[in-house]
Amino acid sequence: MGKVLLKNIENPDSADINEYKKAGGYSNLPKALEKQPKEIIEEVKKAGLRGRGGAGFPVAMKWTFASADPKFPKYLLCNADEGEPGTFKDRPILEKNPHLLIEGMAISGYALGAEYGYIYLRGEYPEAKNILNRAIKQANDNGFLGDNILGKGIKFHLAVHQGAGAYICGEETALIESLEGDKGQPRIKPPFPVNVGVFAKPTVVNNVETLSNLPYIIEIGGDAYSKIGTPDCPGPKLYCVSGHVEKPGVYELPMGTILRDIIYTHCGGIKGGRKLKAVIPGGATTPILPPDKIDCPMDFVNMPKHGSMLGSGAVIVMDESVCLVKVCYRILKFLEHESCGKCTPCREGTGWLRSILGRVEGGEGMEGDIDLMLSVSGNMMGKTFCPLGDGAASVVQNFIKHFRPEFEEHIKNAKCRFK
Amino acid sequence: MLNEAAVKELNEIRQKYPNARAALLPALYIAQREFGHLSPEAYEAVSEILGVPKAIARGVATFYVMYKHKPMGRNIVQLCTNVSCMILGAEKLVDFLKNKHGLEPGGTTSDGRFSMVIMECIGACGTAPAMLVNDDFYENLTEKYIEEILGKYK
Repeated sequence: MGKVLLKNIENPDSADINEYKKAGGYSNLPKALEKQPKEIIEEVKKAGLRGRGGAGFPVAMKWTFASADPKFPKYLLCNADEGEPGTFKDRPILEKNPHLLIEGMAISGYALGAEYGYIYLRGEYPEAKNILNRAIKQANDNGFLGDNILGKGIKFHLAVHQGAGAYICGEETALIESLEGDKGQPRIKPPFPVNVGVFAKPTVVNNVETLSNLPYIIEIGGDAYSKIGTPDCPGPKLYCVSGHVEKPGVYELPMGTILRDIIYTHCGGIKGGRKLKAVIPGGATTPILPPDKIDCPMDFVNMPKHGSMLGSGAVIVMDESVCLVKVCYRILKFLEHESCGKCTPCREGTGWLRSILGRVEGGEGMEGDIDLMLSVSGNMMGKTFCPLGDGAASVVQNFIKHFRPEFEEHIKNAKCRFK
Repeated sequence: MLNEAAVKELNEIRQKYPNARAALLPALYIAQREFGHLSPEAYEAVSEILGVPKAIARGVATFYVMYKHKPMGRNIVQLCTNVSCMILGAEKLVDFLKNKHGLEPGGTTSDGRFSMVIMECIGACGTAPAMLVNDDFYENLTEKYIEEILGKYK
């Protein structure tokens, strides 16, 4: 199978509409407009497409809810706020293949009956903002967006909304708050965005990679698409690999590719032939795995069976030179900084965990600190407004579960031997 | 007050949303660009054009790290130190910028040429360590490469 999401990106002008069209682009939007919106949702259902932002929620189910709500107008939001540390998979689509996303959004907007769409783009991607704005203008000029798409009387307007540096805005209700001009603090659910979303209207929020799959699903049909990857979790997947591998980067592979193969076959193994110490498989807040646990299929269904999560597909590979107490501290420092402050277990818990980890890493840990961290994280898990607090608790629990001796050693010797 | 071109730009952006409040984030960006940082005058201008109370605008702005609340240097060095960058040596680069260039996280050089901000993951993990200088990405950083890069910004 050729590349779907990263197709043609070696072409230096791949972001230009003419180059996209030459490579077969915008041939699926007309096909989609020949179908009834319900038929498109049916194809997506057959395809078994799951959201690529991290939760893996079935896309067709979300769409069906929003589509059934009688309120208008409906909104389609693209979550381009990829901020999970280690994640850089959407960036090549945004910067090199923006028309694939736009075509995917036009198809999705038609299927949902949404007339307005926004791409919520993280503030840290200034280049992507210019590229997307140029691409949207080109798409409007060519009749792929606007009031009368391809002369069919179908309306879909698209705009870029730039975030301003807040990890929490990747959470869909925080994203909606931010788009409405407020602090990015998550809302309580229900009501769900599919019924009461942005501007109190039915809203679908999908990730960049998710929406970019739409043209291909229309092209080959849901049945054929469902044969790619694993049966419970079909399709191509972008894995972004960083850290101590020979060839880090973004790889488009079938969903369910084995983690070990991603690291050793596709990325050329550990840098300098050194020994693997640990892998964080799906972005900083997914459970860390030791080297003997990496023979797992990287998809939304199988990873939890192997003690972790697919998350955003952000694989962070660490060799034996890395101090894992320090990595754990750095992740908690990040989460403390990014906690929105709305709910107490997360706001307080992330701060306390960061503080205890800081003293352990600095050689000033006390006997009982490990149990104290497990107690604090136990009091956060399942008690926070949104997944940020759960993620923080899970990071600490899993680092200690797999690497407890390293924490004990820091406390016993009152120093870090990696310094 | 914002100049005429900036007001026009803001009014065009305003049209992309069903209400004025939703244009607050882009309005704050424009005001920050025009005033250098979000000064009392900047909030005044945003508030007047969008009809959003200043206290609300300030409350929203201070939630987000990319809005600046004090005068900044002419160029902003935004270095990532999150996990993927950290394990590939970003902290040494923080020390280097401090010792060689007097650039401290959150600080500005005495000549006003550079300010420095520590970033949380800028999505360049496969080419770590990485930074943004203003809107430009620089990846696979070394001390030598940083020297070269800083020389380009006056």
